[in-house]
Amino acid sequence: MKVKTYEEINERIRKGEAVVVTAEEIIDIVEEKGIKKAAKEVDVVTTGTFAPMCSSGAFINFKNSKPKIKAQKVWLNGINTYAGLAAADIYLGVTELPDEDLLNKVFPGNFKYGGGHVIEDLVAGKHIKLKAISYGTDCYPKKEIETVIDIKSVNQAILTNPRNAYQNYNVAINKYSDRNIYTYMGILKPNIGNANYCSAGQLSPLLNDPFYKTIGIGTRIFLGGGEGYVYWEGTQHNPYVKRGPNGVVRAPAGTIAVVGDLKGMSPEWLKGTSITGYGVTLTIGIGIPIPILSEDIVKYTAVKDEDIYTQIVDYSKDYPNGVNKSYGEVNYKQLRDGYIEIEGKQVPTGALSSYKKAREIAEILKRRIKKGRFELTKPVKSLSSGE
Amino acid sequence: MIKKRVVLTFPHEIVSQPVVYHLVKDYNLMINILRARVTPQEQGRLVVEISGRKKELETGMNYLAELNIDIQPLAQDIKWHESKCVHCTACIPHCPTNAIFLNRDTMKVSFDKQKCIACELCIPACPYQAIEIVI
Repeated sequence: MKVKTYEEINERIRKGEAVVVTAEEIIDIVEEKGIKKAAKEVDVVTTGTFAPMCSSGAFINFKNSKPKIKAQKVWLNGINTYAGLAAADIYLGVTELPDEDLLNKVFPGNFKYGGGHVIEDLVAGKHIKLKAISYGTDCYPKKEIETVIDIKSVNQAILTNPRNAYQNYNVAINKYSDRNIYTYMGILKPNIGNANYCSAGQLSPLLNDPFYKTIGIGTRIFLGGGEGYVYWEGTQHNPYVKRGPNGVVRAPAGTIAVVGDLKGMSPEWLKGTSITGYGVTLTIGIGIPIPILSEDIVKYTAVKDEDIYTQIVDYSKDYPNGVNKSYGEVNYKQLRDGYIEIEGKQVPTGALSSYKKAREIAEILKRRIKKGRFELTKPVKSLSSGE
Repeated sequence: MIKKRVVLTFPHEIVSQPVVYHLVKDYNLMINILRARVTPQEQGRLVVEISGRKKELETGMNYLAELNIDIQPLAQDIKWHESKCVHCTACIPHCPTNAIFLNRDTMKVSFDKQKCIACELCIPACPYQAIEIVI
């Protein structure tokens, strides 16, 4: 049943009257007051997540030199960028590494600095060395430049991430290898010595809107400390995975593509990340407000960690070989409590996703909305939901 | 009985000597080796927990000092940079002594120097270079 509209909610935000709670707080509210009353009383539920998100990067347009250069290859702090665009446009990918990096030649590699770290440094206001080379044309005669840029001096810096905020993710184990394995899910000890997960569970944006009823193209979000928007469904977006009775996906499913002005973001919420033996990436803070338009929606936002299940996947043999096999299902309450049972063994858990930071993001977003500084947008198009 | 956790750094000319044997035999000390790394021709590093009578522990330490072995309290060895930590918990399953631990209500990671045995397992597990070994 519909209870309110975007316009009504925004009107209340403008007046400073909106009732905004986090995705944790709504759980108790629904438990105490019931769905009907909660849907009437609450206007917005805020979510949050803070985790490594490899499909990310930034478009940068730097001020061209005099004479001008049609930059063909461009490095920022020694990190190669993609320059196959117009003269002074580049795309800096977060997993890019320096050309001279030892990679995994001395295994496991350290991967101390890469694209993600450049973005963090840029947002922190640091000076970044830019080197560009080209072949020279009549209109762009310069063949090489070395200069220094910073976030203020570039014309545009636009964080543009094709796949973020995965709706649920695998729990990773090492079942078959007799040594530590070094994966994007962290270090996995032999004999199922640990189990690593990566989701904010009950706080995670897409787990609070399992059928993408409110999160769609055009949704305004908290991105890297500033503001951003969902611009498309993310790459690998897949709504067709198995779901629980509550509609929540039981494996990695939906994703979103997001965009926002890097100039308004903060290094606190964009962290260069070094994953031993794997590579570099960027850890990103994302928070999405969910407008309580109906009783269904408030019910979805009240989802609890114990009702969100995911699959245990082996990263020593199955995952690398594309074998889709599960070694059991666990929920996020068990994962967050520190131990899960796999094949009769108590296995300690670790996470790549920071629940503490996810909670802070949901709180910050709540505060911004309450103060009237952040209004909600109605999506111009929905993400495909598989419904 | 008192107990001390120390990091001993051996100059390369001492690496071939049975120093731990002498600590046990001559000074009646109990040695629990927490970690050892010996690179011949370079230097040796030994992380130990030493327990014994106060007097004997003191004279044992003097014996080490006379051999030019550098003695550092263990707590100074591993540094956890709180400002770099994002509390993701990737390190938690790797710490054998719960020196790095998680408050499951606040989901905040903390570090208890007293429990740290400087095994260094947490260092590669941290994606934010928040844990550092200080030599």
